[in-house]
Amino acid sequence: MGSSQAFIDLERGGTTTTVHAGGPGRRGVDDVAGRMRTRLAAQAAAEGLLEVGYRVVGTPVGDLVVAASPRGLVRVAFVEISTRDDIVAQLAADIGPRLLEAPGRLDDVATQLDDYFAGRRRDFDLALDLQLAHGFRREVITALPTIPSGSTASYSDLARRVDNPRAVRAVGSACATNPLPIVLPCHRVVRADGSLGRYAGGAAAKRTLLTLEGALLPP
Amino acid sequence: MNTLPFDPIATQHATTVLRVCRAVLGPTADAEDAWSEAYLAALRAWPDLRPDSNVEGWLVTIAHRKAIDVVRKRTRHAVPVAAVPDRGVGHRLDRTASGIDQPDALPDLDLWAAVAALPDRQRDAVALHHVAGLPHAEVADVLGSTPAAVRKASSDGIKRLRTTVVREGDR
Repeated sequence: MGSSQAFIDLERGGTTTTVHAGGPGRRGVDDVAGRMRTRLAAQAAAEGLLEVGYRVVGTPVGDLVVAASPRGLVRVAFVEISTRDDIVAQLAADIGPRLLEAPGRLDDVATQLDDYFAGRRRDFDLALDLQLAHGFRREVITALPTIPSGSTASYSDLARRVDNPRAVRAVGSACATNPLPIVLPCHRVVRADGSLGRYAGGAAAKRTLLTLEGALLPP
Repeated sequence: MNTLPFDPIATQHATTVLRVCRAVLGPTADAEDAWSEAYLAALRAWPDLRPDSNVEGWLVTIAHRKAIDVVRKRTRHAVPVAAVPDRGVGHRLDRTASGIDQPDALPDLDLWAAVAALPDRQRDAVALHHVAGLPHAEVADVLGSTPAAVRKASSDGIKRLRTTVVREGDR
């Protein structure tokens, strides 16, 4: 929909008169539609029709798509790494196509993220839906909050924490595919030699998060 | 099984769908209710929609049906009144009293009211063809009519609108 105007062409023997409705200004149909979309998301959630609600949250590590199922937060994704459209399409394919932008369902998440990035909160207290992580990977990401904010652990430390000291490589791929980065702090896992290693949100984001938490000195 | 995201694939047509509801019901709260009901119904049916479907046409059809349901309910609940209120086209609200000071607002509302006040066949044809942009053949499918009859009804509707809508600032 390129135009914000509703129009009806009144064709008259070769010439065209256009009557504009809902023209520029706050009373246009687009504004009404914006307000009604919010209402639709609330109604859909109330009727149990909303498989996934999402919103975009701006943070110092870039925009994040945060998505929740009726059970809880199901996905945190970096818009700078893959586009918003791709993230949303993947959510629909993985979880369900009944998906809407639903800011209300994610108010709590957005507030806690704001508090975290402002330094008012160190850990998250949110209902989580871990359906996008399975088996050993789920075990690994659930153990991530045992690494306290302000510190780091190596991949082999984490392997020991989940009682599988030889599974260092599998721990690495569990962190790399963490569906809930930041909230489940895979950024606190670094290489044994002290270098930061890779991160789903990019190496710069990992450095920013660890600096914010006081595990690294500001550059 | 359709696994495409409802938002934005269905929601990008939100404005078109609202126009259809307004064309049938006027710029009213009823039109917004019809819009919500249409989108809820669409969300419910979404996983079963064939992935190659014309999403816009499908949504417009649902919305039109919901809007017509509201018209029928209104007719059933209509209460006779002593004096027929002037819901006439080109009817002007008092700007000061309504608190609407944007020059755009009133002619828009008038236009939607004028479309909603057309005879049923003309209104439906104008709503689906001129407002929603469906080709005559698709409108005919939705209305259970023929393309020729739809073409005639929409052109009669537009003729009637041209004589009734008062256009400010028309050059």
